[in-house]
Amino acid sequence: MSAPSLSTSPTTAAPVAAPHRRAALYVAEHQFRSMLNYKWTVVMVGVGTPLFYLLGIGLGLATLLDADLASGPGGPVPYVVFVAPALLASATVSVATEEFTYTVMSGFKWRRVFWGINATPVEPGSIVSGLVIAVAARMAFGSLLYLALMLAFGAVGDLWTVWLLPLVGVLGGLAFGLPLLAYASTLKDDNGQFAAVQRFVFTPLFLFSGTFYPLETLPSALHWIGWISPLWHASELGRVLSYGAVKPAWVTAVHVLVLLAFAIGGWLIARRTFTRRLR
Amino acid sequence: MSAPSDTAPLVPERRRGLAALLPASVRALYAGNARMFVVRGFLSAKTNNWIVVLSGFFEPVFFLIAMGIGLGTYIGDVELANGQTVPYAAFIAPALLAVSAMNGAVYDSTWNVFFKMHFGKLYDAVLSTSMGPLDVALGEISYALLRGLVYATGFLTVMQLMGLNQSWTAILSLPAVLLVAFGFASVGMAITSYMKTFQQMDWINFVMLPMFLFSATFFPLDVYPEAIQRLIQALPLWHAVELVRGLTLGQFGPQLLVHVGYFVAMIAVGITFTTRRLRALFLD
Amino acid sequence: MVHAQSLTKKYGDFTAVDGIDFEVAPGESFGLLGPNGAGKSTTMRMVGAVSSRTGGDLSVLGLDPDTHGPQIRAQLGVVPQEDNLDAELKVRDNLIVYGRYFGLSRAVCAARADELLDFAQLTEKAQAKVDDLSGGMKRRLTIARALINTPRVLMLDEPTTGLDPQARHVLWDRLFRLKEQGTTLVVTTHYMDEAEQLCDRLVVVDHGRIMAEGSPAALIREHSSREVVELRFGSTRNAAVAAELEGVGDRIEVLPDRILIYTPSGEDALEHVSRAGLHPTTSLVRRASLEDVFLRLTGRSLIE
Ligand SMILES: Nc1ncnc2c1ncn2[C@@H]1O[C@H](COP(=O)(O)OP(=O)(O)O)[C@@H](O)[C@H]1O
Ligand SMILES: [Mg+2]
Repeated sequence: MSAPSLSTSPTTAAPVAAPHRRAALYVAEHQFRSMLNYKWTVVMVGVGTPLFYLLGIGLGLATLLDADLASGPGGPVPYVVFVAPALLASATVSVATEEFTYTVMSGFKWRRVFWGINATPVEPGSIVSGLVIAVAARMAFGSLLYLALMLAFGAVGDLWTVWLLPLVGVLGGLAFGLPLLAYASTLKDDNGQFAAVQRFVFTPLFLFSGTFYPLETLPSALHWIGWISPLWHASELGRVLSYGAVKPAWVTAVHVLVLLAFAIGGWLIARRTFTRRLR
Repeated sequence: MSAPSDTAPLVPERRRGLAALLPASVRALYAGNARMFVVRGFLSAKTNNWIVVLSGFFEPVFFLIAMGIGLGTYIGDVELANGQTVPYAAFIAPALLAVSAMNGAVYDSTWNVFFKMHFGKLYDAVLSTSMGPLDVALGEISYALLRGLVYATGFLTVMQLMGLNQSWTAILSLPAVLLVAFGFASVGMAITSYMKTFQQMDWINFVMLPMFLFSATFFPLDVYPEAIQRLIQALPLWHAVELVRGLTLGQFGPQLLVHVGYFVAMIAVGITFTTRRLRALFLD
Repeated sequence: MVHAQSLTKKYGDFTAVDGIDFEVAPGESFGLLGPNGAGKSTTMRMVGAVSSRTGGDLSVLGLDPDTHGPQIRAQLGVVPQEDNLDAELKVRDNLIVYGRYFGLSRAVCAARADELLDFAQLTEKAQAKVDDLSGGMKRRLTIARALINTPRVLMLDEPTTGLDPQARHVLWDRLFRLKEQGTTLVVTTHYMDEAEQLCDRLVVVDHGRIMAEGSPAALIREHSSREVVELRFGSTRNAAVAAELEGVGDRIEVLPDRILIYTPSGEDALEHVSRAGLHPTTSLVRRASLEDVFLRLTGRSLIE
């Protein structure tokens, strides 16, 4: 065969300028293509999870409750209104437990795609950013579906601010997920660490950080679980936006700051761990 | 196994004798040596993922504390179909026991088997020895059941300490849990043998979630319209929950036999399909 | 194109690359020949600007990898020792996605992908899954992928390790074409036949050090006689027989399984052996190879 265009004459100039400023987007594009392989899972989990939880917990379990758990500015709110923002946040967090663990192990070890990218002008930090963009997009998609179902169930109080809920969902997911990403990128092998994270970190946080009932219900010795839990901060923030849960402005500010701190801190550490691993 | 000697048979006599009783169609799949696989499971757990093994005990306990006690403060007592009222924790504890039996059995017989089948290449190596595919299948299931039994004993102890067992029949929930797990594992394995991709495996989780939420686990069935109740009563988890709940709450009665029968049928169907499928995959 | 001086890489106390000097000229096909653990991959990673050196000087395409990593990588094509194709993407998509990382537009990537699939003889497999390719096809796809950015230097880390003989020949043929077109190649290998086939010039490395440098022919000329006689007397007798062969040929090597006699003329040496009344179970006369050079330089064989 003849392929003159393949000749790589040593005198020709470099074909591209580098580093490329859109590198992270290329990584994200690659991730999206991979996600297309399991697009039906994403859609199915995206629709099914909220539907089942809202039905089962928001409506079914609510029939057993004797007392009101929470109230907004206009008095007590139905249980489903109270629980929905927390369920939304736990859905994005659960996306994080998958995408920032097994996907990362796969990139370094099983499929080794990160090493392939590493040989191109793309820097490790851009690989992290690309991953974050792709996963955040999946979280946003899931959150929007959740919000749509919440509206269908009438599980929102304040139609003006509830639109920000997906943003809180993504922020909560990243606040939980980015430190996890940093941790996952240091692992050479999965000997059950991810399953342990799932069961010893995610599950307890899901259960004990004010998802199903206010944190104050727990003995005060356990409140710290909520304070350190991105899930609790995201749920509380979501409740403010969804039905105007009454609380001082500074508390809301603290929720935002804690979530940002987790997310940004995790991101910075992940950039370092990726760079250390790949260079 | 006895100490190796020059004349030691490849398959120990006693179990070979048992295997010889089986019909020829099964003998080709089964060398009567499933036990080796259980041994392998324990060795692997010891070296690799003991923390995962351990976590299987904690998960239902976390749920019991968070939902049973935490949320229970807003619920108080639950009235059962027969008019008896029980604290919320006592209501969900047996359900959580059944759910964890289901989860463990399904995980072990689906994801775990699928991964080993398609990626670990473990079975190829094992099947090139005198072990047959059915040894592997029964071995995997037995290992899962043993693990499940340990968890169940732990959980039942927790229930006892929390005063949630209302009758001596609670102890019978141990064999009940084994039966339930066997049912889920045998069907799970049969289904897995048809699966080809990870994406298909995701559907298994997807079926488990609604079952988990709706099978009278967290609230009684009577909140649903009649038709939905019938639908749920056709699902295995509902039978498992009712069986275990009947035992821990001491509602001993003929209805429990229906649940037992359901699982016996499930095991029969599951094993039949698994055997048939293993033949197709490994021998034809 | 590449210029290395006292190039060193340490991992903690362990020195993987121990002060090596070499130079790669434009259009040249340059090889690093050495056994496993010699430091070949480590050197390749430093040249590929994905691993920083601990000492010495290194310039790639006139740039310092420490400060201009992305600019260097933009102009290199890298075929790593272990394939890292994306098994979740189809064959053609692997090329396109990779091209995007160089900032190439989708249209350019697509056009180039088709060209390269043709070059790699994978056009029929364009829509196949990576996992369905044979080892040789995967390797050719990795090479095609490395060419997507029209690199100025193509770096191949053990391109044919683990492939069957036929797949190796197909691959060598492709690399030969690139060479003919003037592509600068940097190849590592622990196969002497590969080094002889592909490299204009090579360095023999062992324990992170360069043992010798030159063209394959020059190295053989310099470090070995022209022909080699291989004799086998059975593993228990080899050592004893070797003593009796003293003086035959230029030099004798006793390996566990055979005796090697280095000599200008194998036929003459063989005659010597039979006149001495020794009857090997097998005997073979062959031309000296890089394997012999390595043996001479290190006292060990390349593939242990
Ligand atoms: N990341 C690393 N950390 C520690 N030691 C390493 C690392 N990479 C390579 N080595 C060691 O450096 C030596 C050279 O390795 P390598 O360059 O891969 O050799 P080759 O490619 O020639 O087989 C080996 O002994 C290897 O164990
Ligand atoms: Mg190497």
